[in-house]
Amino acid sequence: MRRMIEGSRAVAEVVGLCRPGVISAYPITPQTHIVEELSQLVADGDIEAEYVRVESEHSAASVCLGAVAGGVRAYSATTSQGLMLMAEVLYNIAGMRLPLVITGVNRALSAPLSIWNDQQDTLALRDSGWLQLYAEDNQEALDMHVQAYKITEDDRVLLPVLVCMDGFILTHTYETVDMPTQEEVDAFLPLYEPLYELDPKDPYTLGAFAGPEMYEEMRYEIQRDALASKAVVKEVAKDFQAAFGRWMGDVIETYRCEEAETIYVAMGSVIGTLKDWADLRREQGEKIGVLKVRCYRPFPQEELREALGGAKRVVVLEKAVSVGGYGILPAEIRAALYGQPKTPPVHAAVTGLGGRDITFETFDEMQERAQAGEMDFFAGLRTELLEAS
Amino acid sequence: MPATKEFTYEVERGFLPGHRACAGCGQAAAVRLVMDVAGTEVVVANATGCLEVFSTPHPESAWGVPWVHSLFENVSAVASGLEAALKHKGKLEGTRVLAFGGDGATLDIGFGSLSGMLERGHDVAYFCMDNEAYMNTGVQRSGSTPFGASTTTSPAGRKSFGEDRPKKDLPAIVAAHGVPYVATASMSIFADLRRKTKKALGVRGPKYVQVHVPCPPGWGYDEKITVDMGKLAVDCGLYPLVEWENGEVVRVRKIKPIPVEEYLKPQRRFRHLFRSEAGKAHIAKIQEMADANIKKYGLAD
Repeated sequence: MRRMIEGSRAVAEVVGLCRPGVISAYPITPQTHIVEELSQLVADGDIEAEYVRVESEHSAASVCLGAVAGGVRAYSATTSQGLMLMAEVLYNIAGMRLPLVITGVNRALSAPLSIWNDQQDTLALRDSGWLQLYAEDNQEALDMHVQAYKITEDDRVLLPVLVCMDGFILTHTYETVDMPTQEEVDAFLPLYEPLYELDPKDPYTLGAFAGPEMYEEMRYEIQRDALASKAVVKEVAKDFQAAFGRWMGDVIETYRCEEAETIYVAMGSVIGTLKDWADLRREQGEKIGVLKVRCYRPFPQEELREALGGAKRVVVLEKAVSVGGYGILPAEIRAALYGQPKTPPVHAAVTGLGGRDITFETFDEMQERAQAGEMDFFAGLRTELLEAS
Repeated sequence: MPATKEFTYEVERGFLPGHRACAGCGQAAAVRLVMDVAGTEVVVANATGCLEVFSTPHPESAWGVPWVHSLFENVSAVASGLEAALKHKGKLEGTRVLAFGGDGATLDIGFGSLSGMLERGHDVAYFCMDNEAYMNTGVQRSGSTPFGASTTTSPAGRKSFGEDRPKKDLPAIVAAHGVPYVATASMSIFADLRRKTKKALGVRGPKYVQVHVPCPPGWGYDEKITVDMGKLAVDCGLYPLVEWENGEVVRVRKIKPIPVEEYLKPQRRFRHLFRSEAGKAHIAKIQEMADANIKKYGLAD
């Protein structure tokens, strides 16, 4: 049913339709309406889940870990500092190969304190073993949660999934979304049947320690399976399209990239603005395309090579800064293209930090500076505010 | 010939032999006692620490029951999640959730997590294995390290007599949460530990049992006197055995107090106190602490 609702509400409702047995979250640091809406759904008896109101995000992730080990589907949501506090547990969950979905609402990291959007938080967890999906709009965010449970519980994967959606821009915005019915979700995502669970009838030890003779093999396996999970992400996107009739890409989505001279690459909600801007520039005769990285982990290396190899120039927009380095996604795209038959220059533009609006003017600036040959720069920077270095 | 009782291990047992604990480990014996009472319809969560390390070097495991280890400071939250999962599946009635953590995992780094579990009322029996320092990593000082003890991070030195603060009184703090059952126990007093374990597992809601477990390498005593060490700690009043129900003290184990020196003397961690007059003044302070416990809980009445 198509309804005009807030992004957070949409996520809460669809998570409920995924029938988690345990939900655990901490309300602050900061949080979104997702966990409040879920609390209400549980309070009204619309979701039959244990809602564990914990004293920190570290414990929220740990409760989910215990719940999944105990054999139920679990859920949590967090953002920014909360995600940082969870980080230790998130690595642990991935290493223990526990299927779990957490919504990582993208917000800036302190200091300075900011509650607004950028993607520094989830990008900091790129090496954690969590698969990362980035949503362009609320419909995609909603659909991604259903897909994420299907992916994480697949016995070829058994790695947790972080569904990333831009704070405020998506979570606090009302959009029309098509909310699936319980029957539709049940048909796509059957009731959870764990491959392993802590059961006195069939006891096993989970979370043993590994010495140097074994640790590396376990890390190899997690890397092997994470890379291979790309096939499952694609498969689930196709199955989802067959069941729900919606397609927003699998690991990437290309928009007007055919014969594009310049391709803009980004993740999340900025893609919508970029598409509009590309349309405008196309009308003006400039061959601009947009590439959405929908699945950042596993990294879609082959798909990016294929999609970007023919361009004259690539501009990667990143709502994050790898302090002391040269970009996160840009560096990975440069590495992916290196040594290929066609290697377009990859320009890296940092923008939109801490909720700074990204507008057509920002893209205009990027285009101008990229054309002028600048490789790594901040776009939309208010230079008049800068202190002398 | 006196009749000898044949002793066999049952593989159905929760905590099995063959693990890698040190000779004379008080904790291993305490866990054995607890798990023998708990039976096999249990799920165990274990914090990082000695017990976790000596019982589960992959691919070996000393656990005959479902067991999970995640991290150092989150065992209470993991146990909360396990309990919530059992509740959701309708299996909580027949299954007991146990959590094990050392004193560092419990009093220090996992304190917030523990308090959250207690306050939320999860049906979990938490056993803190108190050997009074971070033994797994090389005897570093914890919030449970007693006054005067020399550790690798509170060493005795030319200007130091070791740890300068008394033990954190966690059992009283847990009791202040108003949970149904809290007890202190000693690995050395088997029947008492068994009784308290049984009592804890018979109550629904959060339970906390803090078990004093002597540690030969950490405390520096001859490993064959582990049981004696635990008894001396109780008998001198430094480790009062107390039970709380719903925040109130309901029972204490009476003692005929012995001087604290008898407990301190065999231990390397206290030997610097016997070497100077100033050290002896510290022993007098430790005696005052024992006397205060004796008075507070009426241990010798």
